[in-house]
Amino acid sequence: MKISLDLKSWNTHGLIFVGVLMLALLLAGPEVFDLFVLLKVILFISTAMLALSMAFIWGFGGILCFGQSAFFGLGAYAYAIGVINIGESTVPILLSVLIPAGFAILLGYFMFYGRLSDIYLAVVTLAVTLIFYAFIRSTSGEEYVIGNARLMGFNGISSIPVFNWPGFPNSPLWPDDIFYVAMTLLILVYFSLRILLRSHFGRVIVAIRENETRAEYLGYDVRFYKMIAFSIGAGVAGLAGCLFVSFNNFINPDVFALGLAAQIIMWVLIGGVGTLVGPMLGSLALQMLYNWLGTQSFVSFLNTYLVFGAIIIFFVLAVPQGLQPTARLLALRFLPFTRSPEEAEEAARARQGSGDD
Amino acid sequence: MTDARPPILETRGLTMRFGGVVAVDNVDFSLAEGELRCLIGPNGAGKTTFFRCLTHQYKPTAGHVIYRGDDITGSHTHQIARRGIGIKTQVPSVFDGLNVHENIWLSARRHHKDRDADKAVDQILERLSLGHLAKKVVGQLAHGERQGVELGIVLTGDPELILLDEPTAGMTHEEVSRTTEMIREINRTASLIVVEHDMQFIKAIANKVTVFNQGTILVEDTMENVLKNQEVRDVYLGKREVA
Repeated sequence: MKISLDLKSWNTHGLIFVGVLMLALLLAGPEVFDLFVLLKVILFISTAMLALSMAFIWGFGGILCFGQSAFFGLGAYAYAIGVINIGESTVPILLSVLIPAGFAILLGYFMFYGRLSDIYLAVVTLAVTLIFYAFIRSTSGEEYVIGNARLMGFNGISSIPVFNWPGFPNSPLWPDDIFYVAMTLLILVYFSLRILLRSHFGRVIVAIRENETRAEYLGYDVRFYKMIAFSIGAGVAGLAGCLFVSFNNFINPDVFALGLAAQIIMWVLIGGVGTLVGPMLGSLALQMLYNWLGTQSFVSFLNTYLVFGAIIIFFVLAVPQGLQPTARLLALRFLPFTRSPEEAEEAARARQGSGDD
Repeated sequence: MTDARPPILETRGLTMRFGGVVAVDNVDFSLAEGELRCLIGPNGAGKTTFFRCLTHQYKPTAGHVIYRGDDITGSHTHQIARRGIGIKTQVPSVFDGLNVHENIWLSARRHHKDRDADKAVDQILERLSLGHLAKKVVGQLAHGERQGVELGIVLTGDPELILLDEPTAGMTHEEVSRTTEMIREINRTASLIVVEHDMQFIKAIANKVTVFNQGTILVEDTMENVLKNQEVRDVYLGKREVA
């Protein structure tokens, strides 16, 4: 009853559209993709999840974290070390969410309760991921062991066990099943975040993004809300890291490096700050472009990052709102059936009004 | 001033320095329960700084702010708000990207359960005649309408003390007279401190006026007497064509 009431104020068309698309992909995936492509798709799901985490904390929480890769890497390493020690994947998957989320509470406590301004927050979070990068790279020595897992420094940890059926460590999942798990998790996380954003908590988060001082005048403890939002984002990023490991059985410290940290920002920027689907598509587009550029001979003289740089400049100048809001505006303009009743009313009024002006 | 009721808000020796500048200098101030007080003074007199010390936007250099007998000097803004102090700032502090209903709901939901919050929003929208704007994004409204929305946000919290910083700034005459009515009505249930420049408005609402000058309280008296006061005229009114 309550959910259906709330649904009225959602962009119902958009949600149904996204839901159907994701479900279709979930069901059709292993039928239409061969194994090679399927593994790529699992990688894309992992980066989409990472983009989603950033879309949430930046686009809705207004927290520009430049080191979201730290939580991705933490989640990946937490899973790897966990599964090597435990020999079963259920608990390590939980660890890959809880450890980054817990670390984010700690980091967030100092940043938000210390009243760090936005720009310092970006710098500090970037520094954090680079510290992880430098630290993990320096752990090649035999003395860096957690239980049975050697950290292996810049060589990375290889032969990490994939997911298994819960409770059956000897029944590993096939790529088809891993795809189902990954896609289901992405759908669950997406809709959970949507529901969260309609809850009291979510609405306060958005209010804080809009005007922190006013939120305080209303009696909301802004520091607490931001810390929790930051931690939720970190947990989602950690889960993305876990999926990333399950896709290639391998993890190295490059996940903490500047390259990924910057790409996450680009995904959201290109997809549209303040949307959830846009950044997922942004990550997909850039990943595919990245792969495509890698197979082209003409780019031998063109650095991939140079191309990315040009793209980001183009987007900031020409499509500052990002892909999704722009596509939505075009759809509302040219496809009237995509309008919600309120928007239709608005459009009708605008048409009438334009006659008078 | 002999008032039997205990003060709702007091400051003792409140001081705020910015580097070498003493913006508020050792101010002892007292507001009785149910009182409506206007703060006036020339630009730079320290009234806005004093106001921001009350709301904890600034942390005072020295002195105390006492609300209902409790020292709230070190409290955070959200704690002050939770004690029943409503704040309206000079430039409307609203959620510009959200619609009017959402703005008021965020305030209502702090004090009510889910279902009651929506009812409270509807009541306020009706009381302030903002109903027709409910679905409009606040950032696109006229200045006076945004002032109205902010007043709505503040009133929704049923505050016992309301701090208003230049509530009529940027309003049309009609809106000013409506706000005058509104403030009189609010004063039936809440105490108010109003920082204002508009003398007509102050004359319409104030019983007692506190005049700031150079960080200290120059005079505290009825508006009538303040207007007659030669000292006040010298520092302030002489420079403006009012009254």
